Amino acid sequence: MTITKTRRDVLGNSALRPDGAAKVRGDFSFTSDLNAENMLWGATLRSPHAHARIISIDYSEAWKITGVETIITADDVPGLPTYGLISQDQPVFARDIVRYMGEPIAAVAADHPETCRRALAAIKVEYELLPVLSEPEDAISGTVPAIHPDGNLIRHQRIVAGDVSATGPIVVEGTYDIGMQDQAFLGTEAALGFPDHDGHGVEVHVATQWLHEDQKQMAACLGLPENRVRLVLGGVGGAFGAREDISLQVHTALLALRTKRPVKMQYGREESFFGHVHRHPAKVWMRHHADQNGKLIKIEARFVFDGGAYASTSSAVLINGVTHTQGPYVCHNAIVDGYAVRTNNPPCGAMRGFGVVQACFAHEGQMDKIAAAAGIDPVTVRLINAMKTGDTLITGQTVESVAPVERLIRETNEIPLPAPLPDVVDELHLPGGSGITSERKHIRRGIGWGVSIKNIMYSEGFDDYSTARCTLKDGAVTLKFATSEVGQGFVTLAPQIARSVLGVDDVVCDTIDTNIGSAGSTSASRQTWMSGGAVDGACRLVRERLFEHVGAKYGVDPIRLIIDDTDIVDTVGTLRVSVHEATQGVTISEEFEHHHRPTEDLDENGQGNCHVAFAFVAHRAVVDVDPELGLVKVVQIATTQDVGKALNPLSVLGQIEGGIAQGLGLAVMEEIIVENGRVRNPSFTDYLLPTALDAPVVVARLVEEPDPQAPLGAKGVGEPPCISVTPAIVAAIRDAIGKDIPRCPVRPQDICL
Amino acid sequence: MPVLLPTSLSEATQMLSDTPGATLLAGGTDLMVEVNFNHRKPNDVIALRHVPELSQWSLNKVAGTVFIGSAVPYKHMESGELAQLVPALAQAARTVGSPQIRAAGSIGGNLGTCSPAGDSLPVLSALDAIVHLASVNTTRDVPVSDFMVGPKRNSREQNEIILGVTLPIRNGRQGYAKVGVRNAMVISVASACFALQDGSPRIALGSVGPTVLRCPHAEQFLSQNLAADGSVSDDVAKEFGRLVSQESKPIDDHRSTAVYRRHAVGVLAQRLVQRGVQS
Ligand SMILES: Cc1cc2nc3c(=O)[nH]c(=O)nc-3n(C[C@H](O)[C@H](O)[C@H](O)COP(=O)(O)OP(=O)(O)OC[C@H]3O[C@@H](n4cnc5c(N)ncnc54)[C@H](O)[C@@H]3O)c2cc1C
Repeated sequence: MTITKTRRDVLGNSALRPDGAAKVRGDFSFTSDLNAENMLWGATLRSPHAHARIISIDYSEAWKITGVETIITADDVPGLPTYGLISQDQPVFARDIVRYMGEPIAAVAADHPETCRRALAAIKVEYELLPVLSEPEDAISGTVPAIHPDGNLIRHQRIVAGDVSATGPIVVEGTYDIGMQDQAFLGTEAALGFPDHDGHGVEVHVATQWLHEDQKQMAACLGLPENRVRLVLGGVGGAFGAREDISLQVHTALLALRTKRPVKMQYGREESFFGHVHRHPAKVWMRHHADQNGKLIKIEARFVFDGGAYASTSSAVLINGVTHTQGPYVCHNAIVDGYAVRTNNPPCGAMRGFGVVQACFAHEGQMDKIAAAAGIDPVTVRLINAMKTGDTLITGQTVESVAPVERLIRETNEIPLPAPLPDVVDELHLPGGSGITSERKHIRRGIGWGVSIKNIMYSEGFDDYSTARCTLKDGAVTLKFATSEVGQGFVTLAPQIARSVLGVDDVVCDTIDTNIGSAGSTSASRQTWMSGGAVDGACRLVRERLFEHVGAKYGVDPIRLIIDDTDIVDTVGTLRVSVHEATQGVTISEEFEHHHRPTEDLDENGQGNCHVAFAFVAHRAVVDVDPELGLVKVVQIATTQDVGKALNPLSVLGQIEGGIAQGLGLAVMEEIIVENGRVRNPSFTDYLLPTALDAPVVVARLVEEPDPQAPLGAKGVGEPPCISVTPAIVAAIRDAIGKDIPRCPVRPQDICL
Repeated sequence: MPVLLPTSLSEATQMLSDTPGATLLAGGTDLMVEVNFNHRKPNDVIALRHVPELSQWSLNKVAGTVFIGSAVPYKHMESGELAQLVPALAQAARTVGSPQIRAAGSIGGNLGTCSPAGDSLPVLSALDAIVHLASVNTTRDVPVSDFMVGPKRNSREQNEIILGVTLPIRNGRQGYAKVGVRNAMVISVASACFALQDGSPRIALGSVGPTVLRCPHAEQFLSQNLAADGSVSDDVAKEFGRLVSQESKPIDDHRSTAVYRRHAVGVLAQRLVQRGVQS
């Protein structure tokens, strides 16, 4: 794709991030960089056990340590003792029972992080160990005692569509395992809390994805009215879903209120692995029935998502999984059962792709099996089944979004393959990389495909609206919104919108905080659509009033006025006045809420218009494999993405390349290893993320067919890049070695043993 | 925490003798990690950065050996003259961490930590390196096989500083290979160094035992089956790999499985023994 730069940073231009240079130079202030005068440090005591009864907590020794200002436990939570995004089942501090390794039990505030560490070490907790429920099937079977008052089954959803007795000459089956991936953002959890002078309120600067949801849950736990819990977005170093749930927000606020001093909390890397939810590990069984040409007739599927100890967003992740069973393909008959269960494993929740990653890994594995059975290639099987706008999902929902699936596959297929490996090659670029394990003669190359459909925005009747205010004064615009900037680039896009709509150049984004209505979460690929819609709406309201003002002043009907570059122009007359000039001494301010169209719940047969819109993408992976050692090198990812409209092509490319790296991680290395509830690798030494030597060449194309439903024609682009790239890479490995690998990440031993 | 900065070896050994229990700091790429994790709480630290004797290497053409000071960073071994003299060490050095780590990390630190996954250690072992230790009054030369006594355990005395190592310069083919689950910046899951030195084959393995292992049976088999020109047939290479696998003593852990490790060192051995030879 080509990146263009025009004179003004308007929509369609690759405007640069306002914080880009500061981040590269190390000048950007992340939340963990915040400090306050007279500040204390907070730290959390966590359970070393996955399941245990707390017999006693003795913090008398910790109190004796000089510098310790307060120690709090479950007894000190003044409001609701639990929180949660969908159901409030997770304790602020464990009281009687700990249900996962790393569950918070107490928090301390002290004059120095080292004092905190000593205080935590001095707190004695006596536990009685309980049997660990680590196997999701045990949670479904009902044969083990409930580990939580809400039971071990978080949600079950069935989908029944069409003729469930239908079958065909081709029947293929597979059981796929998807490992537990971590979001592994670089900026660990951090917050700085300030108590109000009267002691009845708190202001918390925090790295989060959704200020207003945090505010709501925090106020409930703190027993304060929402307007006494004010949140300000601190600098965020990545999110990917892991900042959707509460982590240290309530603890920080409680410590600040209790000590009447500013308190800062910040997790280290190891604690971060215990401090946030992960991607659900899942087991997905699918059986596809197709005609002899490979056209889908029916899908049977069973999903088991391991939600870990607390519900988080498991029920929504489950719905995303089961409702995307068919992938971007047409199929009218289906029977699907999905379970999200509670275990003593680490809690799982939102991560980029949100349930669809697991479904896609399975359905794409199945498409290749159908192709093999029908004697056609992976491209053909996907083309003949490709979904179009107007097709119906197994939920009965009609896909009204632009659905250019066929075009995505064809255009990706047209991207030239990388040159074959030359006879003499730098071993660094072979599988094994700097370990120099392989020579040219050991390598086999494979090609694999992955295509996906992803819902965007929230589902099942949820009105995740967004709010923005635009103030135009003396030729300059100030935008106010509560949209979390987690790296996705809304602070780049919002000014582009204002420049395009209002013809101004000078645009400032106000502090991102709770002093305006909710923007919803920075997740579900939704902020360009939702907050972009809100900023666009507010700017348009301001433009209307600006035209009224100019019309009145020059005696022109406002309806004749338009913005042309930076001028206001009368389309039928001769008036041309610069926006700058026309707004001197004028202040116009408007607020706008953007709501997407309503969605519905699913019925007991999984029928209903539960999603707002869909985005599509195709990936083709070329992977070199050393079959004997089981090592891989992803050589090239070719991709074509349905973006509606590229409002900032450079930002889009950033999402594509980053998403591909994250999907590659899940394909070949990223996995939190849990044994009987214990996390074995909570560090970047052992939780491996791709390095520059693992990253492939990315060749990206965009399909720009503006979506009529989307306020700016643009679909969200954040999640799709990471979804089907994982199955594409694994398919390429299978292709290279001629062996079925039903899990990801693929480990060396899965290839060579 | 006082940090002492000696500027000569004699000053350094004196300080070490005067402050029993002091911790030696070279590149800090192991030590600082342990300090950050509170696994180690040094009282006194002696930083070796300004001790010139430890930061140099030298060639003894007559003996056909090279001395490498314990604090010479990996980046000086990766390329240049040292890399020509001991190519397997260059390959091992290149696999260590990232450029930042290779600019600071040293063989002295690798030996000090003595992890079975230390990347320079199989090279030292295969080449029968001598470890030089110095204390206030004495120096001691220890074969590396006697220096590495167990997982993260070595035979250095509290009052000794690792001065450096002496290795033979290459006079046959040699190479190092390391398997990790990503293509750079990774702790080895299995590694091997092969060297044909003075006509005799040697193989040492990393990450497949409590410490670095030599494989006497495999070496003996190979020495009896080398062609006159030193080359190795495919069948011999394969058998050699099998014997190496047999002599490895890997375990299961969260990084890999014993079965895979055993398999992987065999493959590495089989490949290394033919590496650089026209097949
Ligand atoms: C991100 C990262 C990646 C890494 N990757 C690798 C890798 O791929 N392969 C690998 O092998 N290692 C790796 N390591 C570990 C480390 O870099 C190496 O072990 C390195 O050789 C340590 O050298 P140093 O000079 O930094 O030692 P230091 O950390 O300074 O010291 C390590 C230990 O040795 C002792 N010591 C140091 N010098 C002497 C001396 N002269 N005499 C006596 N005792 C001494 C110290 O007291 C300490 O106990 C990695 C580390 C990090 C942080």
